[in-house]
Amino acid sequence: MTSVAAEESTGTASRRTRGRWGDRLLFGYTWLIIVWLCLPIAVMIAFGFNDTKGRLNLTWQGFTVKWYGRLFSVPDLTTALVNSLTIALVATAVSAVLGTLIGLALGRYRFRGQGALNLVQFAAISAPETVMGASLLSFFVQLNVGRGYWTIVIAHIMFSLSFVAVTVRSRVLTLDPAIDEAARDLGATGWTAFRLVTLPMIFPAVLAGGLLAFALSIDDFIITSFNSGSTLTFPLWIWGAQKNGLPPQVNVMGTLIFVAGVLLAVGNALLARRRR
Amino acid sequence: MRRRLAPYALILPGGLWLAIFFVVPMVVMLSFSLMQGDVVNGFSLTWHWQNYSEALSDYDDQLIRSLVYGVIATAACIVLAYPVAYWIAFRGGARKTTFLFLLLLPFFVSFVLRTFSWKFLLADDGIVLSPLKHAGLLPQDFHVIATGFAVVAGLTYNYLPFMVLPIYVALERVDPKMIEAAQDLYASPAQAFARVVFPLSLPGVFAGVLMTFVPVSADYVNATVLGGTNNTMIGNIIQNLYLVNNDYPQAAALSFTLMAILLIGIFLYARALGTEDVLEVATR
Repeated sequence: MTSVAAEESTGTASRRTRGRWGDRLLFGYTWLIIVWLCLPIAVMIAFGFNDTKGRLNLTWQGFTVKWYGRLFSVPDLTTALVNSLTIALVATAVSAVLGTLIGLALGRYRFRGQGALNLVQFAAISAPETVMGASLLSFFVQLNVGRGYWTIVIAHIMFSLSFVAVTVRSRVLTLDPAIDEAARDLGATGWTAFRLVTLPMIFPAVLAGGLLAFALSIDDFIITSFNSGSTLTFPLWIWGAQKNGLPPQVNVMGTLIFVAGVLLAVGNALLARRRR
Repeated sequence: MRRRLAPYALILPGGLWLAIFFVVPMVVMLSFSLMQGDVVNGFSLTWHWQNYSEALSDYDDQLIRSLVYGVIATAACIVLAYPVAYWIAFRGGARKTTFLFLLLLPFFVSFVLRTFSWKFLLADDGIVLSPLKHAGLLPQDFHVIATGFAVVAGLTYNYLPFMVLPIYVALERVDPKMIEAAQDLYASPAQAFARVVFPLSLPGVFAGVLMTFVPVSADYVNATVLGGTNNTMIGNIIQNLYLVNNDYPQAAALSFTLMAILLIGIFLYARALGTEDVLEVATR
């Protein structure tokens, strides 16, 4: 009896030590993967501080912050960045509104055609970008529409609105419809009930979907490259310029976008935590 | 009556947008794939099915290479992502969100810029290989860039977070009581993992495969930046035929073939798992 108990306790003890070593190994491995994922970012940030003489930014020449002062000294790069930002803002605003409306309909009602809508959204989320870009280009060619700024905006709204819709839908599904009915019973019109009751409750999802749309838009390369004509966005400019080497301004802009994005995401997370 | 029409009013603008700029273009591309002609004289619909057979016989190498690279990169993603997702889900404790955030950091830098960053890091005389060559640890003609390995590694790098997230979501849903129950019934930790945890995480692995295999197989950015002339993928060909050669019929046939292969795969997956579930996991 005692020997069995003793055996069992040494058994669990050895298992526990093994478990601890396994955990440590996994912990180290997780950090290794994180370092691997972040390595190119670190290089990008570091070479934004590189004191290069010419346009080439290939070897470390010493520390400088001068490129932050000359951020806008490559005119067409600046134009490309402004294009990227304004396209992302317009695409985010439109897809946030259209996506939220679809999300509300899908979360709140059962209706004919729901399955078809789900299927189209599913396809729009999972179809390969190369094919979506190519088909949209075929469409514009067929209609003889010249490609440029607005065709990029149209494309970006097209691929991001489903993401907003799905995010909002899952939030709407968690809401009690009785709350909205109560507002109406108390005399609120449909619009007032939406503005004062539903919208504040789904707002975190709208915001999350909007941020996702912004991130997708500002980063998109493949679909944009098919439908851009001669208009350049930030990723397209980098693509075109890399044959002659990327100027340090690209690193600086990349760094600033990275920092702004991280701050926004952290801020959003903190806000969400406080609301809870 | 108003109640019945309400959902249609809500989906009208967004639904129209998707119909006009997603569904109709697919149909237009389908019709292009059966046309003949050129940019100067215009294209006409002649039901030229040979576009498909020509596309397949001309570019079968690239098509097969894309699918092979897709399979290898996706498998590499599963192997690399699973332990990370496991550790965060079961041992992350209060820092789960922080670790997930760290894994998502790359998404705050442009995809194109990150890929160029790898090209810079791994260049033949770059900051990694050059010191090793000087130290005599590597032969002078050793290179990573312009190989199939570099392309697959780049694809794995770029899509790894898309694999970690769904697996994490699935593992996070596993009730720890199930593992305790397995251990109470004298399962070793390895058995508990193999018979309880792993099967429960499979929907996450499936969703991750969906989210990586499709974009990886159609990608041309990694092949262009990190690969050489022997590593071109089907995306390179489609992009080139469309934007350089303006051979729309051939390009459309090729896009449609790729789309068909991938969509059939997706729908088989979705059938097995239920569309809603896949969507749910895919967009979490």
